[in-house]
Formats: sequence, C-alpha cells, structure tokens
Amino acid sequence: MKQVAANMAGTVISVLVQPGDTISEGQDVIVLESMKMEVPVQSMEAGKVVEVKANIGDFVNDGDIIVVLE
Amino acid sequence: MRKVLIANRGEIARRIMRTCREKGVATVAVYSDADRDLPFVREADEAVHIGPPPVPHSYLNVEAIIAAAKSTNADAIHPGYGLLSENEAFARRVLEEGLVFIGPSPKVIGQMGDKLTARRIMQEAGVPVVPGCEDSLATVEEATAQAAQIGYPVMLKASAGGGGIGMQICREESQLLQAYQSAKGRAKAYFGNDAMYVEKYVERPRHIEVQIAADNAGNVIHLLERECSIQRRHQKVLEESPSPFLDPATREQLCEAAVKAAKAVGYTGLGTVEFIVDENKNFYFLEMNTRLQVEHAVTEEMTGYDLVAMQLAIADGQPLPVEQRDVQAKRHAIELRVYAEDPVTFLPSPGTISLYQPPAMEHVRIDDGVESGTQVTPFYDPMIAKVIISGETREEAVERAQEAMHHFLITGIKTNIPFLQEVLADEQFRGGDYTTWFITERTTKTNHK
Repeated sequence: MKQVAANMAGTVISVLVQPGDTISEGQDVIVLESMKMEVPVQSMEAGKVVEVKANIGDFVNDGDIIVVLE
Repeated sequence: MRKVLIANRGEIARRIMRTCREKGVATVAVYSDADRDLPFVREADEAVHIGPPPVPHSYLNVEAIIAAAKSTNADAIHPGYGLLSENEAFARRVLEEGLVFIGPSPKVIGQMGDKLTARRIMQEAGVPVVPGCEDSLATVEEATAQAAQIGYPVMLKASAGGGGIGMQICREESQLLQAYQSAKGRAKAYFGNDAMYVEKYVERPRHIEVQIAADNAGNVIHLLERECSIQRRHQKVLEESPSPFLDPATREQLCEAAVKAAKAVGYTGLGTVEFIVDENKNFYFLEMNTRLQVEHAVTEEMTGYDLVAMQLAIADGQPLPVEQRDVQAKRHAIELRVYAEDPVTFLPSPGTISLYQPPAMEHVRIDDGVESGTQVTPFYDPMIAKVIISGETREEAVERAQEAMHHFLITGIKTNIPFLQEVLADEQFRGGDYTTWFITERTTKTNHK
C-alpha cells in the first residue's frame, strides 16, 4: 500500500484531496503550518486516494501517515 | 524610565532584559501558555500571562499587553522585533495610554511600513531606489505595461509586504501574468492590504543594511553596515560586519545614504536602512526597519556599543551617547542563527530539547531563549539561539565560528547547525564573494518551494 507521510510536525491547515481522487506524483495533498511557515505535503507517487487520515486543525508529527493510496 | 514591559518573547526578551538590569531598570515579561516555562519569563522582575499560544490571542493581543503594562505600573514598552514592533496602531495606542514606546513615532512606522510610501519619500530625499512604479497597480494589465517599461526581470511585491511574503521574481510577461493574482491574494491574507507594485529585479544582489541611531534633537548617526546576503526563504541565516564586499568609498556612500534616509523621515530611535547592492556596487534603498533588528548584536560586537542601551537613552529623551567620528569597526563580527529546523530541507522541527549545551568560549556571545528541557512549540518563529562571534580579522572570526558550532550541542530536535557548518566551510563564503542566491545555489529546487 502506498502512503503519504507528513514532512514536518505541524497543524493541518488545508486538505486538498479526498477519497476517490486520482492524484499524480508530486501533487500537493495537504498543507501544514508550523513556526509561521506553510508547507505543502506532496505525494511521492501517483495513485488513487483511499483514505485521508488528517483533518483541518489536527496536529501531525514528522513522518505521520496522512494519506493512504491504493 | 523605571520599568519596561517587553512585548516579546524568547531570546530578544532576554537580551533586552540584560541591558535593563545593567541600567537599573525593572522588567516585565508577558507570556503565552506555551512559553510559561521559558527562561525569559523566570528572569524578568515580573511576568504577566497574556493568553493562549496563538499570537493573535497573546503576543499580538494589544489589550492584554496594555493591561499588563498598567497593572504592573510599567512606564515604557519595548516591542523587540517582529510581532507588534512595526505596528503603527500599537505604537499610537501605547502613547495614548501615557506610556513611552521604545521606537520611532507611529507616523514614521506607518510611512516606512508602506513600501510604496517609503520608496516615494526616499526618492524625494535623493536616496537611490530600484527603478519601479510609483503607485500601486490597479490591474494585471497595468502590471505588464509597467514591467515592459521597466524591463524584465522584475520583482512583483506587496506594498504592505515583509518577510518575502507576496514577493515573486518574474523573468517574462507570462510569469507575471501567472504570479499576479496569487501574490495579490497572499498579500491580502497576510497583510490585509493587496496593493502590489513592480520594480526592476537586480541580478545577483547583495543585501547590505546600515544601522542608524537618531535622537529627539535631530542628531543622526550610522553604526556602519551589516552584510545579510545569506538567506533562505528571504530570511537571514548568517550576518557579518564589516561586509567583505564593500570598499571604503562605497561604504561611506552607503552609510551617508542611510543617514539621509533617516533624516528624510524625521527618524528617532534605532533603525535599519536596507539596501540592495548590485555586482557593480550600485546600491538602492530597499526598505527601512523601524525597530531593533535580530542581527543588532553583530554591530554591538563590531563596534563595542550596546544598542539596547542606546534605545533606552533615546526613548528617555537623552542625546545620542556616541558621536559619528567615534564609530569604528573594532572587530569583525559574525552572527549565526540557530533554527529548530531540518538542516537539509529547512522545514520546521518543533519538539522537546533534551540536551542544550551552548559553547562557552571567549569572543563567542550566545543570545538564546531556550535550555535543556525546553519545548520548542510550533506556534512561533523557529529561531532558538544566535551565536555571535568576533575576531581581529574575518578569517579569525570564521575559524572561531567553526569551533563554536562544533561545540554547540542540541539534541531532541533537529537544528540547522550542520548547515551553518557547511556555510562556514564553503570556499565562496570564505572568499567573501556571495549573493542572496548563495543558499539556493547550494540546495535542490524542491527545498525552496
């Protein structure tokens, strides 16, 4: 199973994909905010989104799985 | 002045308190829930809780800060840098409450905070500005017309901007068309003002700024320059002074232009005039920062003057304690900013510091805001410490800086110390020949989105 992990610890400020979406490699899936900086999290692989594990306002840690791809 | 409230946090709150203590001035810290256990709260004579962690509810909460000043009978407020330091309405409110604002007048803060107004004032005063448009752009068509007249590449900027937000280099019309709406949107979101303008983009630029000080009687001096070209995401990482790029004649012209700029706006207090310097040593006014800079310590270690003491004296109505002819570069000074961030991607790395052991060396000054056990939260700026090193020569300072970084131990979170070591060892840096592209040229494109 392919997954997308958070690239830093921070708060989820926007979720750009939903289950069922087909995404391409390098596409932004979530935007995190930490220490006054907004950072998009990109998918390293193409695929179909099965699950989005983070909601707006959630705090995630570096390496946490936030999106699961088929 | 008997008691100063410091409307800031972390290292700069501690730095200001140090001088206050030396001058016999009592200090009041204000803090959010997230900062309850930080050293600056403990070290202040008094500390007042002002709200929850997010800055709009605490460090930008004007009512809470004014109430804290009133309840502790503080007679002055020092805003530090960032946060409310360049907020015209806050400065005005402080004065209306009968308190001293340690900084320039609200009017000057407002004029310099609006980049287009600042450009206009400087141009009228004969200070060189980057060729660009006079007024804000009404439409994207106007943007492309202006850009065509100026000539590409151009820099698209927000008039209320700062920190690189809403700024975009456009090398051709298609890029400007693409960038315009999103930059405008970001400016609106961040500054509540989406006035945009374009100016000529200076290739291979250097950021060199001049420290100035002005008293209430109209005396203005400069305290030489700081070379600030080593930046990531338009934020400074390393600053040094004297600049290895400037020759004595250019330095003199630059510093004179800064004094002229300060006089043109009737400046009082400490301020910094930022310039962009091209390959041929032509310089242009970029902006004026109407506050104490993060990197003020470079000037202190180079000249031997305490800039915070100077701020307090000026705010107290005293004349400048220093004459221009006495200002000299006595040493070479370098500041390294230690950020809680990944040294490769430069992404924030909040967490708990398990071990914090700064170097204890002669000619190495540490201005920091954390200790072992400190939780570095995601709410604020990632800078946790500044290391300011000086030497008889630049070479000596750089070598001492390498040793200092080698002895700086921080565990539990990631820091940019390995990256700072790379910079110090870099051949181009050692040669003193670097531009604002220095970091970008050494890292992959994906790190700098």
